[in-house]
Formats: sequence, C-alpha cells, structure tokens
Amino acid sequence: MTGTVARRPGRVPAAVVSAALLAAAVAGCEKDTAAGRNAGGEVRYPTKTVQLMVPAAPGGGWDLTARTMQKAMTDGKLVEQPVEVYNVTGAAGTVGLAQLVSKNSGDPHHLMVMGLVMVGGVVANKSPVKLDQVTPIATLTAEQEVIVVPAASKYRTLKQLMDDAKADPASVNWGGGSAGGTDQILVGLLAKAAGADPKAMKYVAYSGGGESKAALLSGDLTAAVSGQSEFADLVASGKVRALAVSGATGIDVGGGSPAPTIKQQGYDVELMNWRGVVAPPGLDEPTRQAVTGLVDRLHSSDAWRAVLQQQGWEDFYRSGDDAAAYFAAENQRITAVLTDIGLG
Amino acid sequence: MNVFGDLLGGFGTVLSPEYLLYAAIGVTLGTFVGVLPGIGPALTIALLLPVTFSLDDPIGTFIMFAGIYYGAMYGGSTTSILLNTPGESASVATAIEGHQMARRGRAKAALATAAVGSFVAGTISTLLLSLFAQPVARLATTFRAADYFALALLAMVAVTALVGRSLVRGLMSLVFGLFLALVGIDGLTGQARFTFGTMELLEGVDVVVVIVGLFAIGETLYVAARLGHLPEHVRPLEPGSARDGWMTRDDWRRSWRPWLRGTAVGFPFGALPSGGADVPTFLSYTYEKHRAKNRDEFGKGAIEGVAGPEAANNAAFSGVLVPLLTLGIPTSATAAVMLAAFQIFNLQPGPQLFDNSPELVWALIASLYVGNVLLLVLNLPLIRVWVKVLQIPRPVLYAGILVFATLGVYAATGSVNQVFLAYAIGVVGFGMRHFDFPIAPVILGLILGPMLELQFRRALLVSNGDLTTFVSRPLTAGLLALAVLALAVPYLPRVVARLRGRRPEEEPRKLVFAEDD
Repeated sequence: MTGTVARRPGRVPAAVVSAALLAAAVAGCEKDTAAGRNAGGEVRYPTKTVQLMVPAAPGGGWDLTARTMQKAMTDGKLVEQPVEVYNVTGAAGTVGLAQLVSKNSGDPHHLMVMGLVMVGGVVANKSPVKLDQVTPIATLTAEQEVIVVPAASKYRTLKQLMDDAKADPASVNWGGGSAGGTDQILVGLLAKAAGADPKAMKYVAYSGGGESKAALLSGDLTAAVSGQSEFADLVASGKVRALAVSGATGIDVGGGSPAPTIKQQGYDVELMNWRGVVAPPGLDEPTRQAVTGLVDRLHSSDAWRAVLQQQGWEDFYRSGDDAAAYFAAENQRITAVLTDIGLG
Repeated sequence: MNVFGDLLGGFGTVLSPEYLLYAAIGVTLGTFVGVLPGIGPALTIALLLPVTFSLDDPIGTFIMFAGIYYGAMYGGSTTSILLNTPGESASVATAIEGHQMARRGRAKAALATAAVGSFVAGTISTLLLSLFAQPVARLATTFRAADYFALALLAMVAVTALVGRSLVRGLMSLVFGLFLALVGIDGLTGQARFTFGTMELLEGVDVVVVIVGLFAIGETLYVAARLGHLPEHVRPLEPGSARDGWMTRDDWRRSWRPWLRGTAVGFPFGALPSGGADVPTFLSYTYEKHRAKNRDEFGKGAIEGVAGPEAANNAAFSGVLVPLLTLGIPTSATAAVMLAAFQIFNLQPGPQLFDNSPELVWALIASLYVGNVLLLVLNLPLIRVWVKVLQIPRPVLYAGILVFATLGVYAATGSVNQVFLAYAIGVVGFGMRHFDFPIAPVILGLILGPMLELQFRRALLVSNGDLTTFVSRPLTAGLLALAVLALAVPYLPRVVARLRGRRPEEEPRKLVFAEDD
C-alpha cells in the first residue's frame, strides 16, 4: 500500500511546501517567557526569535512595513536571532489585536505592526479589545492622503468642492477605501472643518484602491480619497487632478509640483496614515524600554533610512512615552469623528 | 508605437536562460501548489512575495508570477477533474463535467483538453492583450455601478435559470450561498452581519473555505459513508479505449469551438473591474451545455463542459492584466497581489507604465506566451502521472485528500477556526450530496451575491436613491433587457406552442448541473 502512495510524485513536493507553510504558521503561535536579564538587572533583548505579527493579509502596507523591518533588523545585525513575520487577517486588524492581547500577553518577543486604520477599525467594528490594552512602542512611518477629481471635473480647488458638499451634500459622491477607514475619516474631518454635517456626506466604500479608481474614471464618483501614491500615475498622465494632500507640507503626488495641503486651503485638518508597532500588554517597565530600544536602533540604522527613501515613506518616528501620548490623542480624535459620521 | 517591435524586444528579454528558468520554476511550483485544495494562484503568489524582496529583479519576479498563475490554475483543474475537489472558484465549473469524465475512464482526455484549451486560450488572449490593451481598458472604465449590477444580474440569470433538475433544490442551494455571502462586515456601512458577536466571522466566510468544505471534505465524507458499496479503486482506466484514453479525433472536433468560445467569454470578463475568472467559467459551462447537440451527455462527462470553462479561466488572466497594467486597477485577488509586488519594486502600474518601463511590461507579456508553452510542455507528459492518482485505493486516497484539504485551509487562512468552519460546511456538503442538492449554485451565490448587493446599493447611493438609474443609460438598460431575455427564453417554445393552440410537445429541457453531482 505504501508503494502506491510513493508513486504519486507530484504530491511529495506539494506536501513539503505545505508542511513548510504549516511550520511557519505554527511557529507564530509559540509562546514563551519574558526577556532574560543579566546580573546587573539590565534587560537583554531579544533573547530569542522575534515574532512580528501583521494583522492583515500579505501584500498590504502593514505587511510591507513588517517585512521591511525584518530585513532591516537582520541585514543591519540589530538582532542575533531571526525575525519572523506572520499574518493574522481580519477586520481592520482587530482580529490580530485580539490575538495579541489574549495569547501573547507579557511576551516581549511578540510585536505587532499597526496604524491609524486599526484605530478606526476598533471603533467602527466595536472591537471588544481596545488599543489602550496593548503596550505602545513607536510610530514609524506615515503617508499622506490625497483628494482627487477626474480631469473633466468642474472642481479646481478644494474650496469649490467643499462649498458644494456643504450646500448640497447629495450632489457630491465621495469614494475611497473601506467604511470607517482612513479615507472616510478624512472626509468626516473635512466636513467638520468646513462646517458641514459629517453624517450627511455621501461616502461610497470600495475594497482596495483599484475599485475606487475605476469608479472615479467611470463617473460614479465626484471625488476620490486615497493614499498618496495610489493615484500618482493617473495624476501624472492627466486623467485625474489632485486637489489637496492631507499632511503638514505639500508633496508631489504625480503632477510634477507639490499639491497644496488641506490646511493651505483654509481647513484646519491634518491627517497622516501612520504605521507603528506595539507590544502585548503586561510588560514591566525595563522590558518595555528594552523593546523600545531595539526599535530605536532600527530607526537610526542605515538599512531603515534606505528603505524610507526607496518607498517614499515619510519618517514619522515617535517612541516610548511620545508614542503612547500620540496613540491616545489619535484614538480620541478618530473616535470623535467616527461617532460624528455615525459609525462609532 | 510598434507593438510587434516592442513584443519582440520582450521576447528578447524573456528568452534568456535565466528568465526561462524563472518561468519554468514558476509553472512547476504553481502546478504542484495548485493541486492542493484551497491554495490558489493568489495565495501562492502572496506567499512568495517575501522572496521577491531578496530577488531584487522585477522582470524575473513577474515572469515567475505569470508562470505560477498558469501553473496553479492548471493544478487546480487537475484535482477538480480527477477527484472532484476544486481548490478555488474558477475550477468549480471544470469539476462538474471533468470529474464525470474521470469516473468514466476519460481522465486523460479531460486533462488533455484542459491543458490544450488553456494553451489556446492563453495564447489568443495574450495576443488580444498585446494588441488591444489600451482601448479595452478605456471601455472597461465606462462601466458604472449600475452596469455592474446589471451585468451580475445577467450572469446570475443566465446561469441559474438552468440549475438543477429540481428547481427548488437548485434555488435552496443558491440561497444558502447567498446567505453565506452575507456573513461578515458589510462593505458599505462597515456594520457586522450574522457574526453572532464573534471576531472570527467578521471577515466573512472565505469562498476558499466553502469550496474546500463542500467539495473536498463533503466528497470525502460522502465516499466514506458509502465505502462498503463502492469498488476499492476509484476508477481503473477504461481498457481498450482509443489510444489509452487520450483525446480522440472526435474529442478534438468537439473541443476546439468551446476553447474559442471560452476565450471570447473569459477575456472581456477578466478585463472588467470587479471581474475575475470565476463568472466566465460558469457562463462558458452554461453556454456549452445549452448549445450542445448531445445535451444528454452533459452531466455524464461531456468534453465541451471541460474545454470551455478551462479556456475561459485562462483567458481571464490576460484580461485581468489589461486594467492592471494600463490603469493600475486590480480586478482579481491575484491581480491585487501582483499590484503589491509592483509597489515593492516601487513601480506604480498605470497609464505611464507602458512608457516608463516598457522593458518590464513587454517582458511580462512575452513571458505569458512563454509560460503558456511551458505549461503545455510540462503538463502533457505529466497527465499520465496524474491519472495514476486514481489507482490509489479509495480509503488511502480520500484520507490523503482530507489531510491536504485541512492543510490547505489552514495555510490559506492561518486560523484553526476556519478549519472547523470548513469541516462544518463539509458536513453540510455531505448532507447536500445525500439529499441530492446541487453544489455549484452555492458557490455561484457566494460569488455573485456580494457583487449584486454591493453594486445595487452603490448605484442607488450615487444616484440618491433614484431607481431610474438602472434604465437611464443604454448600457445598463441593454444588459437588464438581456437578463430578462435570458430568463424568458427557456420558456418561449412552450409559450409559443400554447399561443398556437397546441399542447407543448415536450417539457423545455432544463439543464442540469451534473447528473449525479
């Protein structure tokens, strides 16, 4: 009987592949003790493989961030042990968040990449696990948001668009990523700043940037909101026009010259789609500082600098108490605006 | 700009030993991974994304990805045909007739028509991609939410008007699929539906989990329940059939038209944003069944029912590349992963890509031709190896399927809960088989349901609730008219006969999704 099985050549490599997949996934669930300490009471960290959780599918912004961290840490010899990246998908990262809190509590060798999207996801999905339950480590990078209209649109400035949106909300179709995500948050903040009713804004949610691009080009949408690089090629080719970016300083989003910021056009709104890293709850102070120290070293490494440059990510570094304060402030602001929109 | 000059340049790049090796690795890897239930092309490519970080060669990476896609698609068809365990939605239609052929000792012919059909469709659609990428992309972006709704409705009507011997059973299966599609976060409002307050269901029920559950696990349970009544081996190859069961002259004659028609359906559907490979495979299956002369053979292993859908699913991939390369719009899971890969190399697909990185684009397109040829070269000889799988004693074979199905679901979702869910759905699949419910409509509901619902609500949202949005544009109105027509046509002969004052001679022949599916 075994002879028959062995005569299935195709199945053997397949089995090896899936066994490897399984091994990688199982390794992610491993649980262990806190960091080691030397005689002086100083915390040695990391003392074993660092597990970096991506609370989303492979291929997205968080995934890219985590794999870049992994490469920079390993290439820059910041850690002697390997760094492993694994994905836990689901619900704007809140499934991963729940897992970090329930399964990895007190284990500094489990870290999780997260960002603004998760802040919104916790509110919009009414996640039972909140962000203030984890240990903030740092914010790393940020991308601006961009507001675009089709080339043939009558809107040339953000003000014209907002005036119409305020006077007749039904006349403007906003579009962007998933409900309660960064794009809708920006629309809500803008409406609030312009004195319009955030709840009245017509926001059409699409999965991923591609669908909203198609909808903008086909005429379903008046304006689309997206990450800074998503529409770069369409802007460069003149198919769409960028009205504003959401950061503190204007950046080039494909048009060849910096697009104006929302603030420059008279609305007091600044929104960065930032990404950062958190540790599980239950770390003592020295351990927390040791983890923060590792991320500090990562941030100042040459490998990390090079990647920021290459990916066009803005350096948005805050660590330790700064990060904790920033997380809290963002949490408050995002909760407020999502409540205004009616998703809170 | 000279398309052929550019394309030749692309071939010049691809036909180097190094890139040919990448393509061969891709096709091989794709085929072997693709035979695992649950692991389709999108997941394979996603799992390999980290590798591209160290590869540092965009051209080599994309050549490999194209190979993986074709390989995984074909690998999925192999298990669909041999074991009735499709791994992703695009192989479900293939499984219907393909497995019946395998059960009747025609596995080799089924695998061959799938391989040759994939090659023909892949080559023709790549040619279409080379020549008409820009105009097709322009056309695709004229589709609005209302049009997508009309299109999804047309697809639904075209396929479901023909589901099952028992309309009631077919509809119940469909409704089950539609219900599963509702579970999870609502795309437009972000509110949870049917999650019973659990985090695990927020993401909804993955179509892969359902397919593996209904087919691989359901089939295993069903076989296990009847093990005493079945011969020990699944199916010895039919002895004495023409040239050991390879495609006969008659098979070729019956296959080539479905190949071409499948290509004609697959390419445009792939090119539409929110298209993909699954809907055209079902349409192709239905169409082949509808117009076949020997309709009685459908459900018992008609080769047309394999040739058409297989061609459609390969043609769809070139279609998917149209909006991806020209506008940066991903229309399928695989395309979304490929878009991420572009971004890793700091390339933004869009109107500028053909001008900014012509070498990459044309090398990618050329690699599609090469990948197709390699697929054929690799898989035709492999067919005789694959069919040996059927000689494994049933208990061992199905135990193996169960192991691979479990691994596949776990690898695809990374969650034990999803594995339990797949098993629960497997039990449902067992029940459906036992009580003679068709399986395919469930998948259909799961795929088309969300499209129908989301696009209908989006269309109403952008038009401020004005229902006339569905008839105010010629494209929407035309598609809806076609849908009505598709619904009415099967009943026309009866109506006409009655109008003429005669009794209908025979019941309109309802088409059947696999006689003993």
